[in-house]
Amino acid sequence: MNGSKKLVVGWFSFTCCEDSTILFTELLNDHLDDWKQKIEFRYLKALKTKNSLEGLDVAFIEGAISSPKQESEVKKIRENAKYVVAIGACAVTGMPSCSRNQFTSKEISEKIAWYLSHFDYSPKVRKLDEVIKVDDYVNGCPMNTTRFLEVLDKYLKMINAQ
Amino acid sequence: MHSGNITIDNITKVEGTAGLEVSISEGRVTDLKFIIKDYRRFYVEAVKGKPAVAASAFLSRICGTCSLAHLFCSLEAIEKSQGITLSDQTKLLRRLAYDGLILRDHALHLYFFVLPDLLNIGSILDIPDDPQNLGHQLLHDSFDIKKVGNDLTTVVAGAAIHAPLPCIGGFLKIPKPEDLKPLADRLEKIRPQIIRAISFFAKDSQKLERNSDYLALRGNNFNFLEGQIVNSSGKNVSEEKFHNFMKSVVIPYSQAEGYVFEDTHEDYLVGSLARLNLNKDLLNSRTQKDLEPYLTVFPSNNIFHNNLAQAIELLQVVDDALDILKNLNLIEEKPPVVRFKEGVGVGVIEAPRGILYHYAKIDGNGMIADYDVIVPTAQNQINIENDLKKYFQENLDKDEETLKLGAEKIIRAYDPCMSCATNFLKITFNRS
Repeated sequence: MNGSKKLVVGWFSFTCCEDSTILFTELLNDHLDDWKQKIEFRYLKALKTKNSLEGLDVAFIEGAISSPKQESEVKKIRENAKYVVAIGACAVTGMPSCSRNQFTSKEISEKIAWYLSHFDYSPKVRKLDEVIKVDDYVNGCPMNTTRFLEVLDKYLKMINAQ
Repeated sequence: MHSGNITIDNITKVEGTAGLEVSISEGRVTDLKFIIKDYRRFYVEAVKGKPAVAASAFLSRICGTCSLAHLFCSLEAIEKSQGITLSDQTKLLRRLAYDGLILRDHALHLYFFVLPDLLNIGSILDIPDDPQNLGHQLLHDSFDIKKVGNDLTTVVAGAAIHAPLPCIGGFLKIPKPEDLKPLADRLEKIRPQIIRAISFFAKDSQKLERNSDYLALRGNNFNFLEGQIVNSSGKNVSEEKFHNFMKSVVIPYSQAEGYVFEDTHEDYLVGSLARLNLNKDLLNSRTQKDLEPYLTVFPSNNIFHNNLAQAIELLQVVDDALDILKNLNLIEEKPPVVRFKEGVGVGVIEAPRGILYHYAKIDGNGMIADYDVIVPTAQNQINIENDLKKYFQENLDKDEETLKLGAEKIIRAYDPCMSCATNFLKITFNRS
């Protein structure tokens, strides 16, 4: 890959169990040496102390959006990224992280109500494309790694064709 | 002397989102908040009214990294509610799959999160591409170790994350002996790599000591899935009474509650350090023999020894898995057909980060009537805050960047998991 342009990537997690982040770290067992030549991981909080949102080619976003604060963060990521990929079931479909959307008023106990009002929870948990434009989807709980590798490869080829 | 406020918005190299706010005035720490920021998903409410047969797979989604711990703990709670006992083969297969989880989970924490701190770099991505470099060698060891862990769990349970094969009373499918056989050779091969890691983490001279109490499961051997709960003073609590042993505490700025002992109101610690402090005599005989010089460190009150304890547990689970594989004669076994009845059951296991508790109440139609979960990171939350207060108070002569990095290292030593931490709901409003 000498002389090739590096793909500038960010990896982000919102409301979820972070299973796809864990799978991503497991993919590094086989791919890290190669990816270090081809990819600049500019935002990867799970593995890096210093992270930046500036000039991302692709933002991979895991998890559903639970609050106005998360909404504002994910919109900022969208502004800074050429492409956005929704990663895993919670980002793609909202479930299971959006389970509370189905709660009846009877199920919202005093304790749940306390959390919902004490912190800045949105009335509904939303999947990613209800909040920002999404360019590609990697479904699965956790993400389907074959599909993830296909999508990553697509953007690696795209960045070098530009 | 540092003065003013120190804020870390996002602590890096941990699972989930957490921050830290410290107020310092006239040479004193006046306030310190360790803030767990993951938004709650309310799964213990969402699972109510769902069929008990599907509950455990749903609840494994509480956590990505230790999903198998939630799955097994939930299965145990439901099995106990129905009076179901497990065959010896099921117990051994669960232990084998779980050994794979501990290998993968601890190795991720030690090599991907902690190793950069000890090499004075920001990330594993900064490790030089030089096979002679120690960091490079250790990182590539970790790839082998984690892959064996993943494959062991996958062969037995169907997947390393959100495993589909474990079910109430057994497994939907028994692994093929020919798939298990190569794993024994690979487990043997990673032993020297793990011993290299133990030697490396044992050289870490960082120290933060505070007198904590420790809580862990203690069984007939070093077992993550069975035993009685014991503390440092030798108090013994049955799994069913664990809930009464500690008291939940609302922390208004954190999405997760904390815990203290019900009687003394003191904080306590769960996890690898607690297990090594209380159970090192139960380690596999081969592990004990090969690690004799390192085991003298325990019992220890130094939180950084949680990293060494995790490294030792890597060898423990390898030797445990090798023993199981040596003697395993698999027979075809079908899981029991469950005719659900009303019942209450409690599961308690040692998750990678410490004691995990699931409570299940099942109605006569086999539906979940009530459920609750207590996770390790929530139990450690007050302990983390108290350790950080001590650290800042004793190091206020240092500059802000040094203090921030020092605080992150302490938090990372606990290996906290925020997505787990935000699940308990039976809170008492007793802290302003």
